[in-house]
Formats: sequence, C-alpha cells, structure tokens
Amino acid sequence: MTGTGNIVARLPFPVAARKELADTQLRANLRRATHTIRDKRLRVVGEVPDWEELRVAGAAIKDDVLARLPELLERFEAAATAAGATVHWARDAAEACTVVTDLVRRSGATEVVKVKSMATQEIGLNEALEAAGIEAVETDLAELIVQLAGDTPSHILVPAIHYNRTQIRDIFDRNGLLSDRARTDDPPALAEAARRHLRAKFLSAKVGISGANFAVADSGTLVVVESEGNGRMCLTLPETLISVVGIEKIVPTFRDLEVFLQLLPRSSTGERMNPYTSLWTGVTPGDGPQTVHIVLVDNGRTDTLADEVGRQALRCIRCSACLNVCPVYERVGGHAYGSVYPGPIGAILSPQMSGGGANRTLPYASTLCGACFDACPVRINIPEVLVHLRQIGKHPPAERAAMRALSWTMRDRRRYAAALRLARRSAAPVRWLAGDRIRHLPWPLSAWTRFRDAPLPAPESFRDWWTRAHG
Amino acid sequence: MRIALFVTCVNDLVFPGTGRAVVRVLERLGHTVEFPAEQGCCGQMHANSGYRDEALPLVANYVKTFDGYDAIVGPSGSCVAMIRDWYPKLVSGADAVAARTYELSELLVDVLGVTDVGAAFPHRVTYHPTCHGLRMLRLGDRPYRLLRAVRGLELVDLPGAEECCGFGGTFAMKNAGVSGAMLADKCASIVDTGAEYVAAVDNSCLAHIGGGLSRTRVKAKPIHYAEILAS
Ligand code: SF4
Repeated sequence: MTGTGNIVARLPFPVAARKELADTQLRANLRRATHTIRDKRLRVVGEVPDWEELRVAGAAIKDDVLARLPELLERFEAAATAAGATVHWARDAAEACTVVTDLVRRSGATEVVKVKSMATQEIGLNEALEAAGIEAVETDLAELIVQLAGDTPSHILVPAIHYNRTQIRDIFDRNGLLSDRARTDDPPALAEAARRHLRAKFLSAKVGISGANFAVADSGTLVVVESEGNGRMCLTLPETLISVVGIEKIVPTFRDLEVFLQLLPRSSTGERMNPYTSLWTGVTPGDGPQTVHIVLVDNGRTDTLADEVGRQALRCIRCSACLNVCPVYERVGGHAYGSVYPGPIGAILSPQMSGGGANRTLPYASTLCGACFDACPVRINIPEVLVHLRQIGKHPPAERAAMRALSWTMRDRRRYAAALRLARRSAAPVRWLAGDRIRHLPWPLSAWTRFRDAPLPAPESFRDWWTRAHG
Repeated sequence: MRIALFVTCVNDLVFPGTGRAVVRVLERLGHTVEFPAEQGCCGQMHANSGYRDEALPLVANYVKTFDGYDAIVGPSGSCVAMIRDWYPKLVSGADAVAARTYELSELLVDVLGVTDVGAAFPHRVTYHPTCHGLRMLRLGDRPYRLLRAVRGLELVDLPGAEECCGFGGTFAMKNAGVSGAMLADKCASIVDTGAEYVAAVDNSCLAHIGGGLSRTRVKAKPIHYAEILAS
C-alpha cells in the first residue's frame, strides 16, 4: 500500500529550492550549523578504531531484519502483548492517525505531551489530533520552537536548524515564554524559558505519545534515545503511553542494541554517548504508564521492501549524518524536499514510500558526490539507490530522445567521428564571433549559461590530432 | 606493457589538450601509448541520468575495444569510476578490463611507480579533488604527490577542498540554481587561495568551475593536472 501523509512533496524540488536559495539568512544558518555538527561527528567517529566494522555490523543486522521482517514483527507483537502492551497495526498515515486519535479520545484527555518522533511527523499526527480537538504539546526543545513558530521541521534531528538564536528568541517572545527582563538570546536562558513552559504540561498530562528508535523483537522492548530528558518525562509521568513505530525499527535481540547505541549518537549529535536512553517493555504495575499502546505503521515500507536495490533505505536509523554532509541540503535546507525526510535519505525514501508526483524530482536532487554514503552509519549506498530510482522512473520525452540519439551515435566509430566533426564545424563561426567562452546558450542548454560560461569544441578533436601525429 | 589511452568523449571534443598531455607524459617516461580508434563514450551520463538501456551498448563497446590491453589510462576521475565501479554490475565479463582501467595518477604511482615525471611548472596552483576521484576511486594523495614533484610549482591548500563543486552531470542543468550556489562557494574558496591555476582530475568539473570563474572575471584558470605534468 502506498504511503501517505507528510512524505509527499507538493512542489518539484527545483521549484521549491528556488525559494529557499533566495533566503541568504537561511543559507548562513544552515552552513554554520551543518559544518559545526559535521566536524564534531568526524572527530568522535575518528576515535573509534573499529568504526568500519561497526558500520558493517549495523548494516548486516538491519539486512537480516528486512529479510525476515514478518516473522520478527510477529515475535515483537507476541512479546509486547505478553508484557501487557496492546499492539495495533496501521497500513498508512490516515489509519495510524485514526487509531491514535481514538485511543486519546477514549482516555478522555484533551491534551497530550509528545516525545520528538519522526513517525508521528510522517503521519501528520499533530494535525489529526488538532482536528479532533486535542492539543499536542511538543516537548523537544527544537520541535517546540518549530511548533510555536507554526512552521514545519527542516531536519530529522534538529527540526529548527534553519533558525538562529535571535530568531528563536523572537519566536519565544511572540508566544509569551519570555518575561520582559529576560529578552535575551542566550541559549541557556532560552532553554530555561522552555523548561518553565513545559513543566506544567508534564505534570498535568494524562497521555504521552512517542515514537521509538528501536523495537526489540525478542522482548517486546521499545527504545528511545535522546539528549534533553524531556522524552523520559513523557515516557514515565502520564498514565497512558502511545508509541507510534515504523515497522522497520525492529532489531532481533537486546544484544543488537550494542551496535546501534554506538553508531547512533556519534553519527547524529557527534556525542560519544547520548545522555538519555529509555527502554520500556509493556506495563510494570505501580511504575510508569499503566496503559501502553504500540501502533506499528507500514505507510509504504512494504512497497519499499519489495525493491531489491531500494530496500536498503529501510536500514536508516534517522541519525541525519547524511543531511549534515550533503552540499545540496546545505544550500536549500529541509523544506525544499517537501517531506519530513529531507536530504539524501529523503531523496531516496520519500519517492519509494509514496511514489509519483513531485517526489519524482527528488532522485535528481543530488550530484552523486557520495559524501552521504561515506557518512552513513549503516552503509546505505545512497548514490546507488538514487541512480536506481532514476532508472525505474519516467523520463521527459525530449530528454529520452536526446539520450537515445547520443547513445546511438557514440557506440559506432564512424558515426561518432562524424558527430565530432559536425560539432567542431558548427563551433567555428561561434568561436570567430564570441571567442572561446559562451555566455548564453539557447534553450534547453540555457540552464547551463545561467550560472556559468560554456566552453566550445576545440578546433581539432583528439582523434584527428592522433591521426595527424601518429598516422 | 601495452598501455591504451581512453581519452573520453568530453576530452576528445572539447579538451583534446588533456589527451595529448597524457601521451606526452607517458612517452617521456619511455612508454608507448596506443589509441584504439573504436572507442567512444563510457556511458556515464546515460547511466547516471537513469538511461541504463542506452548506456549498455556503450559499455559493451568499451569492453570489446580495450579487452586486449595490460593497462588502460583515462584522464577523467568520473569516467574511470564509472568503468571500475559500475561496469562489473552492468555487464558480466567486464570485471577484468574494468580492473585494468586506471586514472592517470593511479597508473603513474601504483603501476609505473613514479611520482616525479620530470615536469616544470613555475606557478601557484591549488588542487580540487573531485568527488569521484575522492570517494569512488579513493585517489588519496596520489595527485598531490605528483604535483609536489613538479619543479617550480607552488601547491596551495584549497579551503573546503572535499566539498562538491556542484557539477554532477545533468544536475547542473536540472537543478541549475542549487548547482550555481555550490559553484559560487567553490569559486570563492579558489579565489581565497590566490592561486593562478586550479587543477583537477576531471575536465567536466573543471568546465563547470572554469565557467563560473570566467563569469566572475576571476583570474584563476582551470587546468587538468595532466597538462601540468606534461609541461
Ligand atoms: S541514511 Fe544513513 S546517514 Fe542518513 S539518516 Fe539514515 S542512517 Fe543516518
């Protein structure tokens, strides 16, 4: 079943990118943030002597999971149920939202506290809850900033990466989080303001909603990895906990976490270890939430799994290292990708999960420079998948005709030599008029000369020179 | 050793000087270079743009043309990466000829064991390690070692050297805006070095960078490093 929700781009990437490119403040913010975090990542990754082995191990565990996903999911369901949780299944975003909304309604709550989670962003849960008259409060600092700004996240890990601290101060101020004497853009002061704002919500909320970084099949355990501790509050204080989990989050055994809890923090925040790792298995009487629901979401993942080349995208552990090293992401930010999954991983994940429409332009939003593959902790060969998606996608008829003609010409020696001669001859008068560099080419090549001069064919091709010089 | 030159289509048409430079360097080192006239395009543009079927005849032509040689040298990082990394996945039986295809610095340093090719180039030069040379071929310091051995050449570090210049084949056309933004940053870094020349292993990236530099009327000139080694 095709995925729906916030993974479907509304505008083609080049069009969406144009708007973002024009925002010089955005570009400066992104450049500073991504470079800081990528340098930090490089440093801490360099400390681990067996980093490459860890990457290989991470990829192997996930591949094994993908190879026997149905079996592992059933095992997870059985274990979680035995531990006192209720497991629900959702085929797409709409179904997942309905399940969660009904559960919240039945609890009688009108307000829920949320742990930052990509799955709930993906299915558009906050919008669905709002439509049902339920207020969802984001408790992750960056996610809260985005929510207060009425904006959408632009990064997997740092949803507010596109703002600098002055902009954040203004957002807080507009929402009444800052007292008059505290109109500062000092980060600790801003964090303190958020803390005060959230404290009351934590204590009053009856329902918490989370995602999960990992789901252990053997024990039915869910794992959330975070930096701020707000997640742990949401996971322990409310009476009811609802966790929305993508079906690819499974790992077979508890021991497998050893690999990922090393790979994830270093790749994502550039930390040796993340400050908070919370694990919960069903219900423990008298301790933590007494009602636990787990919603397992497909939303296009089974479709993705069916593609032998493309399925490696499901190994992703959402560390965002590929975003931080991507030169395209650095220039346009997350919104241009039109999906909650931006950057290189988004360029392969969104089109596979949801297919069609503007998402078809995403596999072309890359120079295939390969920086993402080098950074990925689970060795997803993103350039390979990008090329694969370009191959199975539709092509513009004019481009297809040109590519066919070029291929036909270049596979035959005589045709090729004749074409070279023709190109050279047509260039001669242009050279006479314009010199060696061309400032304006006609459409469709005008895209090239918008930003750069174009070179002309040389007066003598290499093969003509060779024949002349070597007989 | 029978060394064949795979000049690549872009060099054949637009940058024949690079092909001549490779011949010159290898002949100066005492080798004979052959140029099989049946050769065409490696098919990279087709394959990377999603035209696998159109790439296949070009791949087959390459394999047939170059099968009998001990070493094939291609003065283009991205074409050699295409041949070495993709050919074995595209057609069966391409492994051997793909493995014997070298980028110039690999042939010189690894196969022929030379770093000093007897060149002299008294200029300030900076080097841009193109993405395919850097991350697919893993050329590492080979081109730097060759350039450092050139007499009179002053090699200056390029800030943010490992960042993509924004060319990416059809990316430069399909996403011209983003490509232009990446190019502007790359050109600014080149200007910062104060170099007279920016060298690379790939004329496609250099055409893009050179086009940007000439648009902003910066004096730094693009040059394929084979042409420095041939001087
Ligand atoms: S694709 Fe790899 S690098 Fe990118 S977010 Fe996923 S795990 Fe991290």
